[in-house]
Amino acid sequence: MRDVLRHHLFWPVAALVALLVANTVARPGFLAVTVRDGHLFGAPIDILRTTAPLLLVALGMTLVIATRGIDLSVGAVVAVSGAVALSHIASSPDPESPVTVLTAIGLALALCLVLGVWNGFLVSALGIQPIIATLILMTAGRGVAMLITGGMITTVNSAPFKVLGSGFWLGLPVAAVIAFGVFAVVAFVVRRTALGMLLEATGINPAASRLSGVRSRTLTWTVYTASGLFAGLAGLLISADTMAADANNAGLFIELDAILAVVIGGTALSGGKFNLSGTLVGALVIATLERTVTVLGISPLVTPLFMALVVIAVTLLQSPRMRERLTAARRRQVMAPPEPQPAARPDSTPDSTEVKAG
Amino acid sequence: MARTTLTRTVLAAVSAAALFALGACSSDAGTQTGGGGETGAADDGVITLGFSQVGAESGWRAANTKSIQDTLTTENGFDLKFSDAQQKQENQIQAIRSYITQGVDVIAFSPVVETGWDAVLQEAKAAGIPVILTDRAVDSSDETLYESFIGSDFVKEGEMAGEWAVEQYDGEGYKAVELQGTTGAAPAIDRKEGFESAIEGSDIEIIDSQTGNFTRAEGKTVMEGFLNAHDDIDLVFAHNDDMGLGAIEAIEAAGLTPGEDIKIITIDAVKDGMQALADGKINYIVECNPLLGPDLAEIAEKVIAGEEVEKRIVVKDEAFDQEAAVEALPTREY
Repeated sequence: MRDVLRHHLFWPVAALVALLVANTVARPGFLAVTVRDGHLFGAPIDILRTTAPLLLVALGMTLVIATRGIDLSVGAVVAVSGAVALSHIASSPDPESPVTVLTAIGLALALCLVLGVWNGFLVSALGIQPIIATLILMTAGRGVAMLITGGMITTVNSAPFKVLGSGFWLGLPVAAVIAFGVFAVVAFVVRRTALGMLLEATGINPAASRLSGVRSRTLTWTVYTASGLFAGLAGLLISADTMAADANNAGLFIELDAILAVVIGGTALSGGKFNLSGTLVGALVIATLERTVTVLGISPLVTPLFMALVVIAVTLLQSPRMRERLTAARRRQVMAPPEPQPAARPDSTPDSTEVKAG
Repeated sequence: MARTTLTRTVLAAVSAAALFALGACSSDAGTQTGGGGETGAADDGVITLGFSQVGAESGWRAANTKSIQDTLTTENGFDLKFSDAQQKQENQIQAIRSYITQGVDVIAFSPVVETGWDAVLQEAKAAGIPVILTDRAVDSSDETLYESFIGSDFVKEGEMAGEWAVEQYDGEGYKAVELQGTTGAAPAIDRKEGFESAIEGSDIEIIDSQTGNFTRAEGKTVMEGFLNAHDDIDLVFAHNDDMGLGAIEAIEAAGLTPGEDIKIITIDAVKDGMQALADGKINYIVECNPLLGPDLAEIAEKVIAGEEVEKRIVVKDEAFDQEAAVEALPTREY
């Protein structure tokens, strides 16, 4: 029992379960999944689909944060990606052709890759503080997106592109399949090779890891590039969801949601040890929380407050110091004999899957 | 070592500047239209008008911007200075201040929010520059701060939507959900009020109401939530077309037919909305006319000529059902 309680994912998962329970109480059929028009339908499926873009962005963010960085530009990259793809489709003679759509996707992802490379260049080659380096693109990026869309909200009708946002594959939403697929591939690459450990080394001490032969600079550059690419993919999913590219509002504040997902998942912003499965749970918690607001019928006036309270509760329960206090208090209550274990540093408790990686 | 740092700093600065320049292009294109004379421009017959737009948040706003830019042209005797505030009040205040310093003849703007304008409007008044409000009002006790307010009556729009719903569906015990606009924005408050007062006394009941922030994406997610939370939704009232279009996506994904299983009423009548209405996916749209350019031009000319203008000019709004939309669609300007 204690092992379960102390598992780094216990509180985030508990929060997720609590939210699902609250929804089920308010709406008994909430978790029911039915087959409708040949695909799965139900609130859990909706949640999987709405999690998709956030999961992609948070995935990139986790890798960046692992190297002690941060990427504030992802929201702007989301906007740029949607703007490029939809502008291309809108201006092409045949918006319904798969070739047009594939070209649009290719163009958008290529540009986002370049934007990621740009961030990586500023941070790793020029040594600019990540928060400043990515702030540049955060502010300028939406301007670029506005420039591409000409200040209008570009809308298109294109069945092949729409598949990305509302299509289904094997009964599951295409957006979710893409996001969870990318997540699985990255998790596999990072955890089944030495890459994860090298990233953690870079985050813990860049200088020391470089001296011991880790190519920190290349690694840092790579994670920003990956973050840009994932944000671009998220931008495609978001714009396909509504078939509109809104330079002002697409992906607005998604960088903050992504950072939140990472933090809820138990990755420290100070870099080093990171936790991809935690990020996945964090993203699910945020998407479920948004859905909960509607299902519980919380007034729009108190929605931000409600969400803030949930987030505060989760992060507090997640914080090592808070947990330590709670454990201490509980121990005093039951008057159990003091244990010899070094309870002072639960954050450095060896976590088999995390540390053994590579 | 010092040299490397210097090189890096310079490189960083250059690259940052390059990117900023790229980003800034879009706004420059708007703000620097024409470099007309700054003092007494009215003497040479050209009226210099500084306009601060809310942003480009919806299709409606884009049509509004286009109308203003197309009407206040050099041929029509105007020198338009246009700026986009990207939905931030501080940007608008800054733009208005810069118009005051430039000494424009008239300042016009659509306030992002209702409050907080007294100080900057006092400055304009002190500088002797008349101010015209378009689309949205300001909440100020001092009415002398602006000459006129041109825009639709949002309460009336909500009422028109509600009246039509009552006319069509009263007696069938319809359960309605509402997609509100941005919390606290005048159109959201007024449309809600108008709709509620119009359906009072009928058996249409609003069972849920949430904000969709006037955007398609949020309209869709909120509607999905409504569909999860209630089995028996008959009617959606969306405060603008974009949220209604998002709701259509959610309803279709739930395997229902928008316009039939669930009726939809929206406000705005932008092109995409009208298309959906003509396609039978929306049942009724109350127009909110974005073509404020001609009215603005007329009022600005009158103000400069020293004529009396009305404090409140209500733009006439129409409403469309599905047949009307099919007819109107080919000739719509926006």
